[in-house]
Amino acid sequence: MLPTLNHEEILRYSRHLLIPEVGLEGQRKLKAASVLVIGTGGLGSPTALYLAAAGVGRIGLVDYDVVDFSNLQRQVIHGTSGIGMLKVESARQRMLDLNPDVQVDVYNEPFTSDNAMQIAADYDVIIDGTDNFPTRYLTNDLCVLLGKPNVYGSIFRFDGQVSVFDARRGPCYRCLFPEPPPPGLVPSCAEGGVLGVLPGTIGTLQATEALKLILDVGEPLIGRLLLYNALDMSFEFVKLKKNPKCKVCGPNPEVTELIDYEAFCGVPGHDHDQGEVGGDWDISAPELEKRMKTANHLVLLDVREPHELEISALDGATNIPLGQLASRLSELDSADDMVVFCKSGTRSARALELLLSAGFRKAKNLKGGINAWAREVDPELPVY
Amino acid sequence: MPSLRIPTPLRSYTAGKSEVDLQGTTVAEMMQDLVVQYPAIQPHLFNGNHALRPFVNIFLGEDNIKDLQGMDTPLESDDRLLLIPSIAGG
Repeated sequence: MLPTLNHEEILRYSRHLLIPEVGLEGQRKLKAASVLVIGTGGLGSPTALYLAAAGVGRIGLVDYDVVDFSNLQRQVIHGTSGIGMLKVESARQRMLDLNPDVQVDVYNEPFTSDNAMQIAADYDVIIDGTDNFPTRYLTNDLCVLLGKPNVYGSIFRFDGQVSVFDARRGPCYRCLFPEPPPPGLVPSCAEGGVLGVLPGTIGTLQATEALKLILDVGEPLIGRLLLYNALDMSFEFVKLKKNPKCKVCGPNPEVTELIDYEAFCGVPGHDHDQGEVGGDWDISAPELEKRMKTANHLVLLDVREPHELEISALDGATNIPLGQLASRLSELDSADDMVVFCKSGTRSARALELLLSAGFRKAKNLKGGINAWAREVDPELPVY
Repeated sequence: MPSLRIPTPLRSYTAGKSEVDLQGTTVAEMMQDLVVQYPAIQPHLFNGNHALRPFVNIFLGEDNIKDLQGMDTPLESDDRLLLIPSIAGG
């Protein structure tokens, strides 16, 4: 029995009620429906806003982060006044302001194998708006095991991908990508950047697919992958088929319960910069300052992209972007004392691994990157 | 000659090109030409055994070459292929 709409709701949703594909019954279906949005960042922002505006009765939000200044270039559900607030709280306030008739349930915790089943079990549709591989594989496997549709969206710089993975009716994420890339090979948005409006486009498409699934109208993106490129303004579709050897949705699955996805992907389940190598291989910004004053010869190696040097730079540093380092090692001397740095320590950690394997035993990684230097040593430099 | 569309994460290895023209009568030959022209892209697409990495897909038109004849899939001169890597940003 679908819930009824009061007069105020009928007025609020009148533009929906006028469309035959939605109508009064469709709007009542939306009111009865529940959608879980995993991540309230770039993708989750527009998705959650439009689901709330559309009158989806119960919307769950999972995130454990707080709103940061650097989020606001794309995460439009949050505002400047919300900096420092829990993202799920900031998002809930904005959604309830937009539509007080919806119920917003928040889960201020990392989404992991321990809590995912319990959180997701009670929702009709799951939206993957996460920013990292471990949580994407977790979300996929969870949806396969629970028999729920996974509305997938993913972005990088100018590229976006959208699909609906529903293993009951088509392929799953693992059918397309059986394994994640090795750590460090595919840069994250925190390292590689993203056009702010891109998650708006992709997240809005995810919201569209979620509404279609609830309303049971149109052709969902099951068995199709949409590829969007903002630079070329191209939308292309490819066909996806179920992989008979798929380890989670194939006829002989190996994955029959949730696994350790951080171990599976070899990276942590978030897109935050780690900024350190561990052991004795790191040097803090204040330690580096001290060493620069005392050492007679210390090579500073900046492995960022050349355009980042316009934002901030250290005097006298040599710039070799990480992608070119392997082929330009001959420009460096392994006998030199060396400190490698990047924006926040992630790329320089990879660079250090490469240098160590090439015999550069006197190299260290600037923990937290040039951003740590700007925070702790030279406040004249901006943090980005 | 067949052309291959390069997604943005990999364009830094193809001198910024979004689409490259390549020689070859099969997908394998075409990918070999890609690696000859742009050697830096090699480790991003192939593992040590020269097998396509499991997080990269090649599509011929709308079809995954895995659903055709894999790397032996024959190509026509006007075929257009897409390289689709996994991306995780959100």
